[in-house]
Amino acid sequence: MDKYITAPITEETTSDLKIGDYVYITGTIYVARDAAHKRMTEALDAGEELPINIKDATIYYMGPSPAREGRPIGSAGPTTATRMDKYAPRLLDLGQKAMIGKGRRSKEVIDAIVRNKAVYFAAVGGAGALLSKCIKKSETVCYEDLGAEALLKLYVENFPVIVVIDSEGNNLYETAVKQM
Amino acid sequence: MVRIVKTEEITKTVKEMCIEANHFLSEDMDECLKKATVSEESELGKKILNQLQENLKIAGEEMIPICQDTGMAVFFIEVGQDVHFEGSLIEDAVNEGVRQGYTEGYLRKSVVGDPLLRENTKDNTPAVIHYSIVAGDKVKITFAPKGFGSENMSRIFMLKPADGIEGVKESILTAVKDAGPNACPPMVIGVGIGGTFEKCAILAKKALTREIGKHSDVPYVAEMEQELLEKINSLGIGPGGLGGTTTALAVNINTYATHIAGLPVAVNICCHVNRHTVREI
Repeated sequence: MDKYITAPITEETTSDLKIGDYVYITGTIYVARDAAHKRMTEALDAGEELPINIKDATIYYMGPSPAREGRPIGSAGPTTATRMDKYAPRLLDLGQKAMIGKGRRSKEVIDAIVRNKAVYFAAVGGAGALLSKCIKKSETVCYEDLGAEALLKLYVENFPVIVVIDSEGNNLYETAVKQM
Repeated sequence: MVRIVKTEEITKTVKEMCIEANHFLSEDMDECLKKATVSEESELGKKILNQLQENLKIAGEEMIPICQDTGMAVFFIEVGQDVHFEGSLIEDAVNEGVRQGYTEGYLRKSVVGDPLLRENTKDNTPAVIHYSIVAGDKVKITFAPKGFGSENMSRIFMLKPADGIEGVKESILTAVKDAGPNACPPMVIGVGIGGTFEKCAILAKKALTREIGKHSDVPYVAEMEQELLEKINSLGIGPGGLGGTTTALAVNINTYATHIAGLPVAVNICCHVNRHTVREI
């Protein structure tokens, strides 16, 4: 089912999303991958505040290619979410509501999704040029020294994703393959 | 007769190849992706394959890389033994081409200089270069930038001779199943069988650069390629791993002599953005 939602994403929204839903997101989302997650975790360990407002936040696991002049961003498709499994449960427990990536998630992440009524979306891997067209604004929040791994804030319009793990823990990667 | 090749020509060619390969898929890949949009049986799978078509169109028209992971730069360089290089070291000339291509072409710099210290080199160097000396006076460069979503799902199996052909097939299917949605299916499967530990991995990588739809010259290997492609496409993984009949676009297998005690098998998985381009100097 096609659904149009706005970000930040609240629990009211996530509880209405089911696996297989084709969702278009409009609003503000953050971008972080391996190195930025490591730094956020180190900040929490040191008792510091996170550089972003984590409540109801969406984190897109992505590292863009450089933007050409006059464009907000370069190619911008998802990276493998599995690599962020080590960091995700802690952020979900702090209020993060949605993740966008591709690939399988661990049991710990799925448990944290259910516990916090969150959601895991997949964007189409390898469609970075197409997805970049839905990104209207991009600014660096911090960790600029990480290059393609810096933490970004994006404004997206009708950014297309698919619900892979919903707030009840249903997993499209498992059910879709079984049905074929 | 010795033929002089100036290494600055290598640099210029490499730079152009980096930019070209990351914006335009080769014709063989383009064609098999188009066919898949017609043959795919899942509705969601079809939708994803159509998005990939649109993505390729946007990439070429607006010069936005097909995928943001513009890869680690992998080269196969065949040097005719009558060639004499003039200029800088060939290694430096290739890396300079990568540096220029990735910087001027707005490609992502995805390389860290040390695997554990992990500081980005900021120009996507160094490249991974496989040289071979061949007959003649030409230099043939194959460039295949490799993204790591699929590279991370690749495997090596050191089988026993007694495992035989069934063991090989099982290993390949295991690698593909484990890769699943992580490797951005539909995938291309490069396989190396035989040789030594490192040789089979290089054979598998090279297999990814073979034209899609072209089978091995060895009849039983060609048969195995077709059989495995059918088996993989009946696994149900589908485009994006969200179910469907298009899990792989091709299985390319290279073989080599091996030791009486061994049967090495390497499975190098590539996503649908299987970039490869060839130039001859």
